[in-house]
Amino acid sequence: MKEKRKVLLIGFGNPGRLDDGLGPALAEKIEALNIPEVAVDSNYQLTVEDAAYVAENDIVIFADASVNCKEPFIFSRIDPKKDISFTTHSIDPGSVLGLSRDLFHAETEGYILGIRGYDFNEFGEHLSKKAEENLCQAVDFIVTALQKKDFSEILK
Amino acid sequence: MNATNLKKVVIEPVTRVEGHGKVTILLDEDKKVKQARLHIVEFRGFERFIQGRPFWEVPVLVQRLCGICPVSHHLAAAKAMDIIVGGENLTPTAEKMRRLMHYGQMFQSHVLHFFHLCSPDLLFGFDADPAIRNIIGVAQKYPDLAVQGVMMRKYGQEIIEATAGKKIHGTGAVPGGVNKNLSIEERDHFLKDIDKMLEWSLGAVKIAKDYTMENLDMVKPFGSFDSNHLSLIREDGAMDLYHGGLRCIDPEGNKIFDHIDYSNYLDYIAEEVRPWSYMKFPFIKSLGTEKGWYRVGPLARVNTCDFIDTPLAEKERKEFMALTGGKPNNITLAYHWTRMIETLHSAEKIRDLLNDPDLQGNDLITKGERRDEAIALIEAPRGTLFHHYKVDKNDQVTMANLIVSTTNNNEPMNRAVTKVAEDHLSGVEITEGLLNHIEVAIRAYDPCLSCATHAMGKMPLIVTLVDHLGDVVDKKIKD
Repeated sequence: MKEKRKVLLIGFGNPGRLDDGLGPALAEKIEALNIPEVAVDSNYQLTVEDAAYVAENDIVIFADASVNCKEPFIFSRIDPKKDISFTTHSIDPGSVLGLSRDLFHAETEGYILGIRGYDFNEFGEHLSKKAEENLCQAVDFIVTALQKKDFSEILK
Repeated sequence: MNATNLKKVVIEPVTRVEGHGKVTILLDEDKKVKQARLHIVEFRGFERFIQGRPFWEVPVLVQRLCGICPVSHHLAAAKAMDIIVGGENLTPTAEKMRRLMHYGQMFQSHVLHFFHLCSPDLLFGFDADPAIRNIIGVAQKYPDLAVQGVMMRKYGQEIIEATAGKKIHGTGAVPGGVNKNLSIEERDHFLKDIDKMLEWSLGAVKIAKDYTMENLDMVKPFGSFDSNHLSLIREDGAMDLYHGGLRCIDPEGNKIFDHIDYSNYLDYIAEEVRPWSYMKFPFIKSLGTEKGWYRVGPLARVNTCDFIDTPLAEKERKEFMALTGGKPNNITLAYHWTRMIETLHSAEKIRDLLNDPDLQGNDLITKGERRDEAIALIEAPRGTLFHHYKVDKNDQVTMANLIVSTTNNNEPMNRAVTKVAEDHLSGVEITEGLLNHIEVAIRAYDPCLSCATHAMGKMPLIVTLVDHLGDVVDKKIKD
């Protein structure tokens, strides 16, 4: 039953680096709404253990700042990846899904919510004005989607 | 040789998760390696960012410096602010909660590095196809091992959450103590799996040890060189990752200085600036820049300590030191082995702390005479981390100076890259093999080139080959 599907939303990024904090900012707003069957997590970056948490859910949404996506945000389905950048300590959403599938036999549906940001290269704990506007639109969109828990219509 | 006559081989990652690092290999006219330089654009703006902020906010703010080791910055800053409030003599509950947080951090960080970044190199070989030489490749070929890595990392992260609070904005350590203890329920949750963590840690030590011993002919010279080693040390000479005096030894194991009160670090350590690098080069003042550089991190800590105070890790330390007859081990790839010895040590420490009833105490904070300057050091996963602050009468930070672990390892990393380039560069082409070897050498130090952001769309590795006329003759991009 779709209304019983468990959703995990992970907002990631560094709130100390201006618009890079868009993911955690979205997570904070969604968490405050206490939407049934929706768990919310946030971190500076994705890491391997997220694969274990993803495996416990039917749907996962990765929310992150984007430096170049279409304004105000993008939302798309992602597939498990078979490769991974091996020079970093972080891991990308597709690789988290890939690990979740390979290690825990999970069939979790994955989606990415990329919110357009503009200022990343200074320290500061605030979002730019345009990023704030994009965040508001992304929150409205994702709240509606989370209440339905079926993204196939949205992606059509 | 004039520098303008040198041919440059540039390896430039444009990735914001690891900062802006690049490797430049300078060739002479005979196309031999003259020098290799690892450039790391250290973001110094952070120290200005916290100026003017109230001192009690600093342990939270500094976590923003690095998404990879926020706990180390959190604890180093908290130790400094203990001194500001005159509360450096923590209550038993406060000190043990912080240590539990710290060992949780050490455990998860080392595990991430070993299973996620290093094990593909060891299991598949340096020259294996990058398409399989990664954690996904390990997951497919060695699923049990990959699951262990993920679950160990998860365990360490959950220890951090239980002691520090949230993953972002952790607030567990506060000036003069901590803001919570460990509940019986939390304790029992972690005790349930601790034996498994110990068993898996022993298994990881074995993988690193067996790899080193079975490939000793290759491992021994790989990016290796003699060096000094620096770390904190407990009063009795034991390894102590949370607190101690400074000890530095030379390549033969002779003590350059010992049990130094780290509040006097400026009398012993200075930082050299080089025009081609944003990152400074720390060195021992008495030895000068040429001979005074040193290594920090797991290899240095195992070399400097007299013993480890947990039995399983001590047994492994003895075996490790036997390889070099008790003298310091200067093999760069031995970082992996020592990192796993510390993982085992951390698991043992976590077990011991979980069984200590002081963690359920309620005396959490202490205070004393207010001070206006503080210096605190901690052994972060990647090595010794220095935090130095001045605070005015209005409780605002007026000065901050941080020497992060990766900065301490700056010169050794440059030497490791130079050694690998000398041994593996053939002609003027950046081969996949050369790239792999350089990355393996740098990765041994587990450098935190982060202190940056990671937004989507900024992840490729760009490799450029430039001839002595400045023309690009080769360029590779690694996504």
